Amino acid sequence: MADLGQLETRPTARAKPQPVRVSLARSALNALAVPVLALFSALVLSAFFILGSDPVVLTAYSHFFSAPGAALAISWKAVTDAYTALFIGSLGNPAQMADAVRVWITTGESKAMLTAFWPITESLVTSTPYIFAGLAVALGFKCGLFNIGAEGQIFIGAIVAAWVGYTFTGLPWIIHMPMTFLAGALGGAVWGGVPGWLKARTGAHEVINTMMLNYVAFRLSDYLLNGPMKRGGAAGYIPISRDIEPSAYFPKFFPDPIRLHMGFIVALGVAVLVWWFLWKTTWGFEIRTVGANPRAARYAGISVTRNFVLAMALSGALAAMAGAGEVMGVNHNLASAFSPGYGFDSIALALMGGSHPAGVVLAALLFGTLRNGATKMQSLAGIPIDIISIVQAFVIMFVAAPAIIRWIYRLKAEGGVEAIFTRGWGG
Amino acid sequence: MSAILELKGITKRFPGVLANDHIDLTLQAGEIHALLGENGAGKTTLMNILYGLYHPDEGQILVRGQQVRMESPSDAIRLGIGMVHQHFMLIPPFTVTENVMLGDETLRNGVFLDRETVAARIREISEQYGLQVDPHAYIRDLSVGVQQRVEILKILYRKADILILDEPTAVLTPEEVDDLFQVIRGLVARGVSVIFISHKLKEVMAIADRITVLRDGRVVGTTKPAETSVAALARMMVGREVILTVDKKPATPGEPVLQVSHLQVLDDRKQLAVNDVSFQVHAGEILGIAGVQGNGQTELVEALTGLRPIAGGKTFILGKETTHATPREILQRGVAHVPEDRQRDGLVLKYPVADNLILNTYYLSPFASNAQIHERAVLASAEELVERFDIRTPSVRTLTSNLSGGNQQKVIVAREFARPIKLLIASQPTRGLDVGSIEYIHQQLVNKRDQGVAVLLVSPELDEILSLSDRIAVMYRGRIMDILPADQVTVERLGLLMAGVQAS
Repeated sequence: MADLGQLETRPTARAKPQPVRVSLARSALNALAVPVLALFSALVLSAFFILGSDPVVLTAYSHFFSAPGAALAISWKAVTDAYTALFIGSLGNPAQMADAVRVWITTGESKAMLTAFWPITESLVTSTPYIFAGLAVALGFKCGLFNIGAEGQIFIGAIVAAWVGYTFTGLPWIIHMPMTFLAGALGGAVWGGVPGWLKARTGAHEVINTMMLNYVAFRLSDYLLNGPMKRGGAAGYIPISRDIEPSAYFPKFFPDPIRLHMGFIVALGVAVLVWWFLWKTTWGFEIRTVGANPRAARYAGISVTRNFVLAMALSGALAAMAGAGEVMGVNHNLASAFSPGYGFDSIALALMGGSHPAGVVLAALLFGTLRNGATKMQSLAGIPIDIISIVQAFVIMFVAAPAIIRWIYRLKAEGGVEAIFTRGWGG
Repeated sequence: MSAILELKGITKRFPGVLANDHIDLTLQAGEIHALLGENGAGKTTLMNILYGLYHPDEGQILVRGQQVRMESPSDAIRLGIGMVHQHFMLIPPFTVTENVMLGDETLRNGVFLDRETVAARIREISEQYGLQVDPHAYIRDLSVGVQQRVEILKILYRKADILILDEPTAVLTPEEVDDLFQVIRGLVARGVSVIFISHKLKEVMAIADRITVLRDGRVVGTTKPAETSVAALARMMVGREVILTVDKKPATPGEPVLQVSHLQVLDDRKQLAVNDVSFQVHAGEILGIAGVQGNGQTELVEALTGLRPIAGGKTFILGKETTHATPREILQRGVAHVPEDRQRDGLVLKYPVADNLILNTYYLSPFASNAQIHERAVLASAEELVERFDIRTPSVRTLTSNLSGGNQQKVIVAREFARPIKLLIASQPTRGLDVGSIEYIHQQLVNKRDQGVAVLLVSPELDEILSLSDRIAVMYRGRIMDILPADQVTVERLGLLMAGVQAS
């Protein structure tokens, strides 16, 4: 055993903790890796469902042992056909698009352009409500709240926007359009704020209350469309409202058939606004703190209950913007079942986007593209539209369980290494 | 004596850190070998290697002279190595028997759990080693000390004879520590060998046969309690001279800053946790509140800081009533609060360090105006505080969860001490910290006192109370037994008061 005096003089090569530089680009790539690989894996898995739903493929497999090559070839063709149709249906045919651009440049004739670029603009149209509703759910998540009432809030937004849109006539668009949109948002704020208030006041869980308010919103819209808001009065023919005034339209950017409207730009703007609100304002700091650690929020003098109400109201307003946007930019009226479940998909979408506005926008673009392409896939390749629901489901499952993706693709987990970057002090 | 366990040249690297640097360690059969080192010295990494959770990059492990390679904890258990973690791995709604057999179930007819056989065996082991554990008790009904003995029982049940105890005293009261030491000595007497991991010098001196000190991933030396002293061990562990006693001048108390009269506070179960408590804290003095944990200190502090409603009585801060004030109103009266549980109450772990440094001042100038946060001011202030309070972090944007416990506590101290304050309420400010950190925080507390701040220090550690306080109040079952000047108390007197015995 060495004696102590000797030990003390032993030099200690203490490495000062080194700052670890991770470039922004690399961290962004890292953040994208899981969702992108999740999408890829989901497409691969869904291919099996495509095969299973195709009678030609199934017949080929009954002769698998006599002609295995044929069965595999037919399978390959079925899957590539389906995904090609999905791609062309959602983004357009690249050759056709190139041709159209050439025609436009040489002759100035833009008609071919409209046709060629129609699919991709349709995807953006479908993405628009997804962006709003995804932001709504993401903002709730940031405050630790699970707003599964986005669908109902979308309906309320659409109802209010439609009513304001056709009731007020003779207003200039510069007043009528924002008024319609904001009125819809306000309706959603109330619809979302109520469960927030109930939670703050009584502790009632927002999941239950937002879910129940969904049903109330659906039935309210049914009632209104079969009564007070019905086109042509109570004797009208179909459950659809009057058309809103053109002064309340979201203007379109291109001639028919392209439906891309200002709502898309508004959605992107709102996404930036949500980001700024959450990360650059004291209100956002409070909401995020409550979501990340409510006890620490209380310790810091932040009112947890006030932020519950605020976050739910804002979440409701954002979701309602999706409904108002559809009325003002696409349908120009309120019809029953105008939403194919944007509000429910948006929960998955917010998860996939990591509850960050930028992630939500990307995920919304993906969902809009898939939904839009699915229609084409059905008509061109005869693949049921439901396959897209399966793709979406797999994407969500993989995103929700990133460990699976990391395992399949041997990705290194982030964070695990960082845990030991800093060490004890005083030495 | 023969070596039952030998580590030779164990080296483990993590990116950027050499966690273990050629560590040699020999555990003799039947000895208590203490592994002493600060947080981050490499103790836990080494034990995780020994328990099969990590693989060493270099080096050998020999158990009973045989070189072994461990792939998982089950390999370790097969080799007779068992570990009691700092945080217990027990299921509260299960009985002792069920917890012990978990993962190694004895079956009857191949289907049913054979609780009776296991219970009988537990009773046998319990008697043999003097553990005094009832096999049919539910974990949730057991005190922390007994739960720890159940953990030890789990290991003995699996016939392990090399016991690793990771910071076993961190969660125990002084009496429970004494009981644990008795149990450990009993185990050793029956042939078990123990590795006792700790950063508490006095405990190591009391229990260990030999002590190995780790610093920065290296073995600094191995010694015996009889051949060293607390001061020498501290020097080995920290690498420099450590002042174990706090150097402070006599207090010069001023006006009362905090006045508490006949305070009553309920706990979560609506029972009276603080019962008719009255005291004052003056500017420029430290009032220490001593007492075994769970005697109402938590509720008292929460009530004073506005986090828990006050059921009766009144509080005043600087002469203004604050009985029903909100946490923010109290904060704005110039009150700083170092909370008992820093990770639960004092920090948002997934925030960057800079955000935690403004956790309760984010809305004030210069950090914000018109509800907009000024990032540049936040970062500049954070850089300055990191420098001034010596917070070891790669950057102010590093997530707080990546900091060591001591540095996390420094983030809170920096935030609370940096603004102008009149009253400081510090609850267990050095809980779970290493010697260097404790020394630093104690000095900061005394500095605040000398600057004229009224300090209320709540701690179950008698040493801490004795070395810092100017006056000492002892809490027992929600009441203050007595308030005494620090220079007139003895440890014996305090011990009696903490046990609820009033001086005659």
